[in-house]
Amino acid sequence: MTDVTASRFDSPSVVRDGLRHVDYLADDSIAGVVFLADRLGKPILVEGPAGTGKTQLAKSVAELTGARLIRLQCYEGLDESKALYEWNYKKQLLRIQAQRVGESAGEWSDIEEDIFSEEFLLTRPLLEAIRADEPVVLLIDEVDRVEVETEALLLEILSDYQVSIPELGTVAAKQIPLVFLTSNNTRELSEALKRRCLFLHIDYPDIAREKEIVLTKVGGITDSLAEQIVRIVRSIRSLELKKAPSVSETLDWARTLLLLGIDHVDAESAKETLHVLLKYQSDIEKAAKELSSSGAPGR
Amino acid sequence: MSDDLTALPAGFDGGMLETLAGFVTELRRAGIPVSLTENLDAMEAIRHVPLEDRSAFKYALAATMVKNNAHWKAFETVFEVYFSFRGSDYRLREEEGDGDVEAMLEELIGAREGEGGSGEGLSAEELAEMLYRALMDGNDALLRALARAAVTRYAGMEPGRPVGGTYYLYRTLRQLDLDGVLERMMAEAHAQVPSDLTELEERLARDEYESRLDALRREIESEIRRRLVADRGAEAVARAVRKPLPEDIDFMHASRDELVALRKAIAPLTRKLAVRLARKRRHGRKGPLDFRSTVRHSLSTGGVPADPQFRYPRPSKPEIMVIADISGSVASFARFTLQMVYAISSQFSRVRSFVFIDGIDEVTDYFKGTDDIGHAIHRINTEADVIWVDGHSDYGHAFETYWERWGKEISGKTTVLLLGDARNNYHASQSWVVAEMAKKARHVYWLNPEPRSYWDTGDSIVGQYAAHCDSAHECRNLKQLERFVEHLG
Ligand SMILES: Nc1ncnc2c1ncn2[C@@H]1O[C@H](COP(=O)(O)OP(=O)(O)OP(=O)(O)O)[C@@H](O)[C@H]1O
Ligand SMILES: [Mg+2]
Repeated sequence: MTDVTASRFDSPSVVRDGLRHVDYLADDSIAGVVFLADRLGKPILVEGPAGTGKTQLAKSVAELTGARLIRLQCYEGLDESKALYEWNYKKQLLRIQAQRVGESAGEWSDIEEDIFSEEFLLTRPLLEAIRADEPVVLLIDEVDRVEVETEALLLEILSDYQVSIPELGTVAAKQIPLVFLTSNNTRELSEALKRRCLFLHIDYPDIAREKEIVLTKVGGITDSLAEQIVRIVRSIRSLELKKAPSVSETLDWARTLLLLGIDHVDAESAKETLHVLLKYQSDIEKAAKELSSSGAPGR
Repeated sequence: MSDDLTALPAGFDGGMLETLAGFVTELRRAGIPVSLTENLDAMEAIRHVPLEDRSAFKYALAATMVKNNAHWKAFETVFEVYFSFRGSDYRLREEEGDGDVEAMLEELIGAREGEGGSGEGLSAEELAEMLYRALMDGNDALLRALARAAVTRYAGMEPGRPVGGTYYLYRTLRQLDLDGVLERMMAEAHAQVPSDLTELEERLARDEYESRLDALRREIESEIRRRLVADRGAEAVARAVRKPLPEDIDFMHASRDELVALRKAIAPLTRKLAVRLARKRRHGRKGPLDFRSTVRHSLSTGGVPADPQFRYPRPSKPEIMVIADISGSVASFARFTLQMVYAISSQFSRVRSFVFIDGIDEVTDYFKGTDDIGHAIHRINTEADVIWVDGHSDYGHAFETYWERWGKEISGKTTVLLLGDARNNYHASQSWVVAEMAKKARHVYWLNPEPRSYWDTGDSIVGQYAAHCDSAHECRNLKQLERFVEHLG
């Protein structure tokens, strides 16, 4: 499977430029790992704090490569019948009854073969991605939410890009899709899963990249306001908080300030809008206090 | 491209292969679990990245072999030791395209390395001034070059000396006086604006300058490391700079940096723990068959009870009482344990905490109405009344006082956690208190941050207490602490 015939990108910088084109600002590590995933035909396990662009990365790569995005949203209790495939019992039942009503001479083995054919198969996201004729990007979102045992469902797909259906045989992928798994790291994933994936940790962006994200995503914002916003966000993130502001919260805050017609943030306007950036009251209070102190040693 | 896994990309030679093998060995020695498959994946991966693209090379190795973010720092250190030496040469010239800066500096500084070059071409004042300007302008390329000049001039590195990099780092930084530089930068920032800086502006400027100074420190550290590697080889240097992974850091001997690393590591750990315990509570505890509910559900399957329903038993949640020694050497252990217990407090009907040195005080209220553990800990350290006579641990007196004042509040639902090294300064143990606790409580556990081999040596009397506990556990690091706390929930 490592024998990849057609690769989609020539170099990591091609990935980076391409992503910028679809408004996703990647750094060296993101671009490097996406490039490798394509070359090696391996899935990427993307981990990191909430709202740092993990899900968006898969969407943007799909857009960039002109592939269809197939998404499996994980949740506690997700099982095979929702992730892979399910037999359409109702339809099968009707088929059997129709047989009874008609000539009674039907061989059971014929019926069995008939009702366990593709016609009666309900395809779920994983199988759908494997069977697709056109290029797809498969996004397995928030994989840490399923139970450890359910992870086993994914292993065959992730290493061999195939699904075994006892009644039908093995369905192998026509082309190797790019696969992204995201995790908020609420639990340790199994070694078996990690071993099959390339690992990518997306942290909060550095100040230059976050500014670019703001400039790209928030139309009409000035360079100086964007600069101020990301600097304040950096200072806030350096505090010990219950929940640090995410990129999406930075964006929300930028939009809020723009809407309020603020083109220069001072301590007052920052404090009044902090609730957009921070979710916990104790965090808001802490940040408000810090922003009106100079940060000099011995504060 | 050949399918032979050992085939090397252009530019690789046998020496490189050896370096890679050494690199992987060192990753494992540093505690990063690299499996054989992952090692092979890495070798396959680097065939696809252009060798001169150092960052792509680095991320290829990381993505294939390091699958836990807590191990990233350790990876970076090892990477730097093994691969920066050759990297440093073309980095300034080719990648950044600022060969001019390099050439200019070379001229200014005069002979570098080689003849014990001490940067004669540039006076100390000139170096300081250039550094200051480069910091003010945020000129990264120039800063990198100046970092090298500073190391040449100040580190006083001597070939073959078996010292670690921190010694040289310290010598270089002492001469540069970066605290003084920061104040000068702030003064200039103030002077630049007509009306004075607001507090917010001042803070933002300070944060920005501090991050530039941090970058400079890192650059100096890297430069020293490169030279050490050139002198003594990667393996020796890697051994000298190897540090424990966050989950293995010893609570009792953590340096300041390590404490920072611990504080960072504990947040995601407790979050995971909380989720795991909540799930454990919801699942896997099937109670007896719920007959009525089963019948109700069977209506959808034509009366066949195909889907049996179970009652979920609600096992009563325990009440936790933490009783912690917070004297010097075990203070951070107490802190991290309290932090972890409070992070999963929803698993318990109630958490009460008591801290002692030779006197004891209840601090449960400090944790009420705040999400901020740091704040609660601060109050413990400043407000709690824990000194009775001399501020040296006296477990016996603390336990006796506890028993008098709160002992009757222990019930059959209480789990008592006793925290400390039980180094009792040769006072009376009063271990009967623990025996009495054990009679009333559901469980009594002792958590000791010392290695088991030290227990009951010197003035440690943990054995006398442990004899009455359900069990006593060695909790020297986050890994062991997490394991214990998980079994509590
Ligand atoms: N590098 C980036 N370039 C452009 N937009 C970004 C980038 N990073 C984050 N964003 C924006 O931030 C928002 C949040 O991103 P996303 O939903 O992908 O986060 P996430 O990491 O999946 O979060 P969660 O863990 O909560 O699912 C999106 O609107 C996305 O467009
Ligand atoms: Mg997401």
